[in-house]
Amino acid sequence: MSTRTMQAHPSGEHEAAAAVAHGQSGMPMALVGMLLFIASEVMFFGGLFATYFNARAGFAGTWGPPEGGHIDLPLAAVLTAILVASSFTMQFGVWAIRRGDTGKLKLWTGITLGLGVLFLAGQLYDYTELGFGLSDGVFSTVFYTLTGFHGAHVFGGAIGLTVVLARALRGQFSRRNHVAVEAVSMYWHFVDVVWIALFLIIYFLQ
Amino acid sequence: MATTTLEPRAGSYHRSWVLDWLTTVDHKKIGILYIVNSFLFFFAAGFLALLIRSELAVPGVQFLDQNTYNQAFTMHGTIMIFLFVVPVLAGFGNYIVPLQLGAPDMAFPRINALSFWLLPLGGLLIFSGYLFGGAAAEGWTGYAPLTSDRFSPGVGTDLWIIGLALVGTASIMGAINFIATIFKMRAPGMTLMRMPIFVWTILVTATLILLATPVLTAGLIALFIDRNYGGSFFDPAVGGNPILWQHIFWFFGHPEVYIVILPAMGVVSEILPVFSRKPLFGYKAFVFATVAIGLLSFSVWAHHMFTTGTVFLPFFSFMTALIAIPTGIKMFNWLGTLWRGKLILATPMLFSLGFLSMFLIGGISGVMLASPPIDFHVQDTYFVVAHLHYVFFGGSVFGVFAATYYWFPKMTGRKLNEPLGKIHFWIHFIGFNLAFFPMHQLGLSGMPRRIGDYSPDAGWTILNMVSTVGAFMIAVSIIPFLINVVATLINGEPAGDDPWEGNTLEWATTSPPPPHNFDRLPPIHSERPLFFLTHGHGHAVERPEDLVEEEIVDEKPGDVERRPKDLV
Repeated sequence: MSTRTMQAHPSGEHEAAAAVAHGQSGMPMALVGMLLFIASEVMFFGGLFATYFNARAGFAGTWGPPEGGHIDLPLAAVLTAILVASSFTMQFGVWAIRRGDTGKLKLWTGITLGLGVLFLAGQLYDYTELGFGLSDGVFSTVFYTLTGFHGAHVFGGAIGLTVVLARALRGQFSRRNHVAVEAVSMYWHFVDVVWIALFLIIYFLQ
Repeated sequence: MATTTLEPRAGSYHRSWVLDWLTTVDHKKIGILYIVNSFLFFFAAGFLALLIRSELAVPGVQFLDQNTYNQAFTMHGTIMIFLFVVPVLAGFGNYIVPLQLGAPDMAFPRINALSFWLLPLGGLLIFSGYLFGGAAAEGWTGYAPLTSDRFSPGVGTDLWIIGLALVGTASIMGAINFIATIFKMRAPGMTLMRMPIFVWTILVTATLILLATPVLTAGLIALFIDRNYGGSFFDPAVGGNPILWQHIFWFFGHPEVYIVILPAMGVVSEILPVFSRKPLFGYKAFVFATVAIGLLSFSVWAHHMFTTGTVFLPFFSFMTALIAIPTGIKMFNWLGTLWRGKLILATPMLFSLGFLSMFLIGGISGVMLASPPIDFHVQDTYFVVAHLHYVFFGGSVFGVFAATYYWFPKMTGRKLNEPLGKIHFWIHFIGFNLAFFPMHQLGLSGMPRRIGDYSPDAGWTILNMVSTVGAFMIAVSIIPFLINVVATLINGEPAGDDPWEGNTLEWATTSPPPPHNFDRLPPIHSERPLFFLTHGHGHAVERPEDLVEEEIVDEKPGDVERRPKDLV
C-alpha cells in the first residue's frame, strides 16, 4: 500500500503535502465530482419520471395526447438516432485524446456538438408540430416537462461541449491532461441514456 | 486541477477585510460564514416562533390575523429547517471535516463558496414574499392543492418555490463537495474505519442530500409549472394527483429528517468521548448504525401519509419501526461511552447530555407515531408538533449548541465563558421542555396544529400559556449566549491548540488553524490519532518517537480495534 510507505516518514509525521499527493491518486477529483453530480441528476429525473408514472397510473380514459394533438414517432426516432450517434462520436473524441490525437479530438467534439444542436433544433421543431400545449391536461404537462427538462440538459451538455471544443482549439488538452473531456463525455452519455429511457417510455410503453 | 493550495495566499497582497470574506474559498472561513448566516436566520425564524406563541398564549385573536399567522408558521418552519439547522450543521462540517481528515481544504473550494452564497440568496427570496403581498402560507410541507394558484394566488408561494430550489441546489453542491473530500482528501493512514464519527455522519448525510434533494427539486419544478404555466401535475380536475406532491415531498422529507439529525449525532459522538475521557463505545456499531439509518430513510416516507388511505400501512409502519433499531444501538453507544467515564460537565457536555435525553423523548414519540392506530388519532395535532420539536430542537439544535461551545475555541482561539454557558444551557433546557412537553398533552386532547385561535372552552388554555412562557425562556437563554460570544471575542480566555484534550486531528493544529491547516500531521493508526499522540497507545511508551517507530513495525490490519483499556 502506498499510504503505508508514506507513514514511514523519518520523524514519524507526514509532511502535510503528502495528504495532497494522496488525494491525487486514483480517479481525478473532477471525475468524482461529475459522477456524484450525475447521481443527483439521476434522482432528479427519477422524480420527474415518477410524476409521469403516477399521472399515468391514475389516469381515467385513454393515455395519450389530447384531442387534436399527436406525438410524432418517426421524428422522435430520428432524434433518438442523432443523440445516440452523438454519444459514439463523443467517445471517439475521448479515445482520440487518450491516444494524444488532438486533431481527432477537435473533429469528433465538433461533430458531437453539431449533432447535439441538431437534436435541440429537431426537438423545438417537434414541439411546434404536435398541436397541443403544456396546459392541455396531465399528459401534455408531463410530456413537455420531461422532454423539456431533458432538452435543457442537452443544452447544458452542448455548453460543456463548446467549452471543450474551445479549449481543444487552444491546444489545452493532451494525453495526460484532459479531465474536462472525460467529465463532459460522462455527462453527455448520461443525457443520452435519459433520452433513451424517455423515448421508450413515452413512445412505446403501452 | 488546482483544488488545493498549500502556500498561504493571504498576505501576499493587501485585501480589505470585507473583500477577503466575500471572496474567500477557505473552507474555514466559508464554514464560519455558514454558521453566522444560519444563526441570523435562526434569530429571524425564532422571532416568528415568538409571534406564534404569543398569539396562542390565550384564546382569541390577539394581533395576528389568520393569514398573517399562516405566513408566520410557514416561514418559521421553512427557515428553521432549510436555512438554519441544515446549513449550520453543514457549516460545522465545512469547518471541521477537512481538519479531522488532515486535509488542507475541501475538494472543490470554489464550488464550496458558491454553495454558501446561494443560501442567503435563497433565504432572502423566501422571506421577500413579505414585501410582495405576503409570504407563502401553506406550511413548510406545502401540500397540494393548498399551494395551487387557485388557493394561493400570491407571488409569495412562487418565491418560496424558487428560494427552496436554490437552497436545495446549494446543498446538493455542498454534498458533492463533502463526499469527494471524504473519499479523496483523507490524510495518509486515515482509512474509512479510522475516520472520526462526525465525518462518518457527514458522509451519510451528504449521500442523503445528494439522492433526496433532487427529488424535491423535481417536485418544486412541477409545482411551479402548475402554478405559472397551467400544468396539471397536482390538479385532479385535469387528471393530476394532489397526493403525488406528498409522495415527492416526503420521499425527500424523510431523508431530510436524518440529514438534520445525523450530523448532530456526530457532534455528540465527538463530545461524549472527550468529556468522558473514554473512546466511543462501539465505534463500528455506530458507523454501521449510521449507514443503516441512511439506507432505511428512503423506505419510510409514506409514514407521513398514513391517513391519506393510499399507502400500504403495514410496510411503512414496519420499516419505520425498524429505524428504532440502529437508533437504539446509538443510544447504547452513547450510554456505554458515559458508563464509568470520568465525566466533565462542561457546557458542550451539558448540551450533549441534553441532546441524549431530549432526542430519546422525540424518538419514543416517533415510534408511537409509526404505529398507524395512534397516528390516525394524532395526525396533524400538536402531538406531532411536540414530536418534531423534540427531534429537531431537542436533538439537532442542542447538537448545534454543543458543537458551538465545543469548536468555538478552535475557530477563534478563545474559550467561551463556562458560567455563562451553563446559565445558557439551563434556561434553554428548562424553557425547551416547558415550551414543547405540554404540546404532547395538547395534541392528545385534540388541539390541531396550524391554528391561530382556539376556544376558551377546549381546556387548552393553561398548557398553551405554559408553552408560551417556555418559548420566551428559550429566547431569553439566547441573551447570555450572545453576550458570551461577543465578550469572548473581545477578551476571552485563550484556548490553546487543544483545550479539551481532544481525540481528533482538528486539535493537532493551532487555534485558529493556518490557511493550509497543518504544517505536520501526527501518525494516524486509529480514529483517535491525537489521543494516542499525547497519551500513548495502550502500553508504556517513553517518548512519542518510540511509539511511532514501534507502530510502524507491528501495525496489523485490525489495528483500529485496539483500545487503550488500561488508560480508561
